[in-house]
Amino acid sequence: MSHGNMNLTLKVWKQKNKDSKGRFETYDAKGISPDMSFLEMFDVVNEQLISSGKEPIAFDHDCREGICGMCSMYINGRPHGPKGGITTCQLHMRSFNNGDTIVVEPWRGAAFPVIKDLAVDRSSFDRIMSAGGFVSVNTGNAKDANNILIPKDDADTAFDAAACIGCGACVAACKNSSAMLFVSAKVSQLSLLPQGKVEKQDRVLNMVKQMDEEGFGNCTNTGACEAECPKSISLENIARMNREYLGASFTQNKK
Amino acid sequence: MATSSKLNSKIPEGTLENKWTKYRSTVHLVNPANKRSLEVIVVGSGLAGSSAAASLAEMGYKVKVFCFQDSPRRAHSIAAQGGVNAAKNYQNDGDSVYRLFYDTIKGGDYRAREANVHRLAEVSGNIIDQCVAQGVPFAREYGGTLSNRSFGGTQVQRTFYAAGQTGQQLLLGAYSALQRQVGMGAVTLLARHEMMDVVTIDGKARGIIARNLVTGKLERHFGHAVLLCTGGYGNVFYLSTNAMGCNVTAAWKAHKKGAFFGNPCYTQIHPTCIPVSGDHQSKLTLMSESLRNDGRIWVPKQKDDKRKPKDIPEEERDYYLERRYPAFGNLVPRDVASRAAKERCDAGYGVGASKMAVYLDFEANMMRYGQIEANKKNLHNPTKETIRALGKEVVKEKYGNLFDMYKQITDEDPYEMPMRIYPAVHYTMGGLWVDYNLMTTVPGLYALGEANFSDHGANRLGASALMQGLADGYFVIPYTIGDYLSEEIRTKAIPTDHEAFVKAEAEVQERINKLFSIKGTKSVDYFHKALGRIMWEKCGMARNAKGLTEAIAEIQQLKKDFWSDVRVPGEQNEFNTELEKAHRVADFIELGELMCKDALNRNESCGGHFREEYQTPDGEALRDDANFAYVAAWEYKGESNFELHKEELKFENIKLAQRNYA
Amino acid sequence: MSKKSGFLSSSIGKKFLMGLTGLFLISFLVIHVTLNSFIFFNDGGATFNAGADFMAHNPIIRILEIGLFAGLLLHIFQALVLTLENRKARPIGYAVVKGSANSSWYSRSMGILGSLLLLFLVVHLSNFWVPTKVAVFNHTAHDTFAGMKAVFSQWYFVAIYLVGVISLLYHLLHGFQSSFQSLGLNHKKYTPLIKALGMWFSIIVCLLFAAMPVTMFLGIIK
Repeated sequence: MSHGNMNLTLKVWKQKNKDSKGRFETYDAKGISPDMSFLEMFDVVNEQLISSGKEPIAFDHDCREGICGMCSMYINGRPHGPKGGITTCQLHMRSFNNGDTIVVEPWRGAAFPVIKDLAVDRSSFDRIMSAGGFVSVNTGNAKDANNILIPKDDADTAFDAAACIGCGACVAACKNSSAMLFVSAKVSQLSLLPQGKVEKQDRVLNMVKQMDEEGFGNCTNTGACEAECPKSISLENIARMNREYLGASFTQNKK
Repeated sequence: MATSSKLNSKIPEGTLENKWTKYRSTVHLVNPANKRSLEVIVVGSGLAGSSAAASLAEMGYKVKVFCFQDSPRRAHSIAAQGGVNAAKNYQNDGDSVYRLFYDTIKGGDYRAREANVHRLAEVSGNIIDQCVAQGVPFAREYGGTLSNRSFGGTQVQRTFYAAGQTGQQLLLGAYSALQRQVGMGAVTLLARHEMMDVVTIDGKARGIIARNLVTGKLERHFGHAVLLCTGGYGNVFYLSTNAMGCNVTAAWKAHKKGAFFGNPCYTQIHPTCIPVSGDHQSKLTLMSESLRNDGRIWVPKQKDDKRKPKDIPEEERDYYLERRYPAFGNLVPRDVASRAAKERCDAGYGVGASKMAVYLDFEANMMRYGQIEANKKNLHNPTKETIRALGKEVVKEKYGNLFDMYKQITDEDPYEMPMRIYPAVHYTMGGLWVDYNLMTTVPGLYALGEANFSDHGANRLGASALMQGLADGYFVIPYTIGDYLSEEIRTKAIPTDHEAFVKAEAEVQERINKLFSIKGTKSVDYFHKALGRIMWEKCGMARNAKGLTEAIAEIQQLKKDFWSDVRVPGEQNEFNTELEKAHRVADFIELGELMCKDALNRNESCGGHFREEYQTPDGEALRDDANFAYVAAWEYKGESNFELHKEELKFENIKLAQRNYA
Repeated sequence: MSKKSGFLSSSIGKKFLMGLTGLFLISFLVIHVTLNSFIFFNDGGATFNAGADFMAHNPIIRILEIGLFAGLLLHIFQALVLTLENRKARPIGYAVVKGSANSSWYSRSMGILGSLLLLFLVVHLSNFWVPTKVAVFNHTAHDTFAGMKAVFSQWYFVAIYLVGVISLLYHLLHGFQSSFQSLGLNHKKYTPLIKALGMWFSIIVCLLFAAMPVTMFLGIIK
C-alpha cells in the first residue's frame, strides 16, 4: 500500500540477541509520506517485511508523543535524528529528502547492551534511580502541600531538570557514553527543592557510585548531551552535581 | 431493579461523609510480622501500579512488579498533560470535598457509585501533599504557593499542574518511590515482562503466568493477592491517544477467569486531538484540555468556507460551544465538547483538507494577555504588534511544549493560525468491576486505576484520571487489601509446580503455538486496523442499534479471520514484538464484541455512551434512569457468550437530573 | 583517607583532578608567556635573560617546578586512565557519527591534542630546559636568548613550534572553560564570562607564543 511518494534506503543494525554479533542490513522504504513520523516509516517497512515472509526490525517505542522516552534510534550519526529537541517518534519524514540513505543504529554503550536490533537494555538507569533518585518519604507522611513554600524560580529550575525522560540520548550522544546528564538531572531536581535537601549528600554519593559501577564513561564536557537531549536538559545540572559531589565527599559527617 | 446476587459492592454503612473514615478505623489489619510473609503481585507500573507497589512495600508486604516496557517509568500515565484535581480550595473559590464529589458524579452523567467517588474526593488533597513531599515540581506562584488552573466540567480552579507534563511528574514521583523500595529489596521489579494469565486456585487469585519479553520464556509467579493496574483499553479502536503498547490483555484474561467486566461501552472521546492525517497514522496526539482555558473553539458559519481562518471575520464565525453552553462555554465536559464538534463536522461545517476538524483559536486570548503584560510593563499606547508579541510570550510559557508538538506533527505554526482539532479516543471509564475494596469478583484479584470501572461513571472529567490512579494506589488499596489478606496469614506461599500453575502455563503455551502455526497472509496490524475501523464507525462517538448489531457480526467474522489468517513471524524464545501484538489484538477482538453488546444493551445515552436513538431535541444525551441506573457487569460464559449482572446505583445524596451546562 | 581515595577513584573525582591540574598548568602558562614576552623588548635578550636567570636559580621557583612536573604527570596519567575507561564504556562504536552537530571537534579531540602537546613538550624541553639544567648543574652561565635564536633559525623547529602552539590553542579553548565545569562552577551569569575569558586567554597566549619563533625566524627580534 502506498502512502506517499518518498523512496528511501535504510541501513539498519540487525542483531539477534545480546550475545550474537550484529551487522547492517539494507532495506528499501518505498511510498513514504512526508507526514509520517520516523517510526511510522518503520511500521510501513516492517509491514512489507512481514508480508514478504521476512522478519521485521525490532525497535523500542511506546507513547509516540515524545514523553515516555522509550524510542531510541541513532539516525545518521545522531541520537533521535537530525532535528534537535525531539525524540525519534516526533521526527517526521519531511525532515528527509526523497532518495536519501538513512543509517539507523542502536544506542551504543557497555551499560546499554543491545537486546535485539535497535532495542537496548537501559535498566542501568533504573538501578541508578534505586540507589538514591528519590525523597525518602513513605506514603502518608506528608504535611499540607502549601506548608512547604518554594520560590518560583527554584520550582521552575527543578522542573526543567525533572523534565528528563530517561531515553538515554545523552549517553548515546556522548563520545564516552557518560550518563552524567541523566544522573545530574535527578540530583539537581531534588537538591533544588527543600524536600530533597535533607538527604542530598547520600543521594549524590550513592547515585554516582552506582553510575560508575554500571560502566558509563566519564564526562568530558563536550556538551553533546545537552545539544541532543530531546528535553534540552542543561549542562548546569552536571556542574551542580559536581559541586554537590565534591561537597558531599569532603563534608559528609559519616565514616 | 435489584442488584444481582453475584455482586456485593461492600459499601460501608453510615453517612456518605463517614463511610471511609469509619471503614479505615475498623478494617481488619495485618500485623507487621505477617506482612513480611505475604506476597503481592502488581501488574502494571503506571500511577496506580507504582504507587500501590511502593506503598504496600513500605508497609512490609513482599511485592513483585511487572511491566511490559523496559522501565516502570514508561507507563502511559507519563503522557497525561494537563493536571490533577484536588479539593484543596487553595484558590478560595468555593471548592470542597462535596463539590468535587458532586462535579464528578454529575460529569459522569450519574452512572458512578456515590461512596467510591466521595472517597476519591476525600483523599484527593492527600495526593497533592504526598506528591509535593516526594519532590514533584508542581507549578508555583511567586509567593511560593501552589498554582491552579481550571479544567472542563467545573467552575472552580482545583487543577494542580506541572507545565503540560503533569502525568510525567506524578509518575516519576511514584516511580521514585517504587525504585526506592526496589533498592531496599522490598520490591522485585520485572520489567519487559507481560502478564499472560491469572492463576486461580480454589476460586482465589494465586499468581500469574508472565512472559519474559526478552527471552520469550514463560514464568510462573505466586502471590497471595494480584493487583491489576494495567490501564485502559482505548487501543481497541487502533487509533487513540494511548501508547502503542497499551492493551487489555491482563484485564481480559482476568475476565475470562471469572472477573466481571463493568460498563465496557463507556469510552471517552477527547475533544481536542490533532486530526488524522493519513492511513499511515499509528496513533493520535492529544492537545491538553487546559488549552480550552485560553483557546476558543469555532467553525465558519458558512459551509465549505475556503477562506483562511484569519480572513474570516468575527461575525462569520460560529463559536458553537459558547453559543450552546454559555455558562461553561469552552469548558464543558469532554463528551459534550466532542459531540458538539462531531455535530458541526457532520453538518458540513468542518475545516481543513478532510473537513473533519474544528478550529482552536488562541488569537483573542493572546491579545488579552498581551494587553495585561503591556499594562504591567507600563507601556503607553503599545501597537497591536507589540501587544500580540507580549501575549505570544505568555501563551508560550503556559503551553509552549504543546504548541511545539503541534507544529512538529502538522507542520503548521499554531501561533500564527488556529489549531485544527478533532475528537479522538482517549480513556475508558469501563473496566473490571470492583467492589468498594477495589476487589474484582475473583477473591484476591484487584483492579486499580483506569483498569477498573469504578469512579468516573459514563464520562470522566479532565484531570481526574491522575487523581484516581494515585488515590487507588496510595490511599485506598493499602487499607482495603488488609480486609482480604488478614484472612490469608495462614496461607503459605504455594509452590509454582502446583497443578493450577502448570495448567495455566500449558494453556498459554498452547495459544502461542496456535498463533505461530497459523502462518497466514496478514499481519497483526492488519487485523488491528480492521477492528479499529469497525469500532470507531459503529461503537464510537455515536452508536445505534443497527450499527452495533452489524459490528458484532463483523467482529465475530474478524475473529475467525484472525485465527485462520494471521501471520506471526519469528520464534517464541526471542524478543518478538509481533507475537506480543498478536496476543493483545486477539484479546482486543474479543473485548470489542463485548463492548458492542454492552452498548447495544444500554438503551439510553449517558456521558460518553451516545445512542442516536436516545437524545433530547437539542441533541443532548438522554438518560433513562428508571431502567438504566445500574452498572452493567458482564460475566464470561464462553466464547461470544456473556451474561449481564446489574448493580443498582443508588443516589442518596445527589438528586438525579438532566445534565445542564448551559 | 578511605573517603578521599573514594572521591579520587570516582568518575567525578577524576575529572575534578583533571580540571584542577589543568588550571594549575594554565597558571604556569601565564608566567611562562609573560617571561618569554621579554624578548619583545628587542634588547638583544638582556631583560629576557635576566628573567630566565632568575627563574633558573630562585629556590621557590625550583620547588614550584617540581610541583609543575607533578601536576603535568598527574594530568597525563589521569588522561590515560580516563581514556582507557571511556574506551571500555563503548566497546562497539557507531558506523556513522555526526559529532559536528552537537559539539566542537576540539572538545572531542582533547586526547589527540594533548598527545601532540606532549610530543611537542619533549622537543621543547630538550631545546631549552635541558641546556638550562646542564648549565645550572655545571655552574656556568647560560644565554637562553641565544639558544632561542639558534633554535628558531631552523625552519623545521619553527614549524614544530607552530603545530605545538596550535594544539595548545585548541586544548585551551576547550580545557579552560571545561575545567570550571568539572569543578562544579557553572552559573547563568558567570559562565558566559568564563567562556569569553577562556577564549581570549587562549588566543592571546597562543598568539604571543607563536610570535616568538616567527619573529625570531624573520629576524624581527635580534
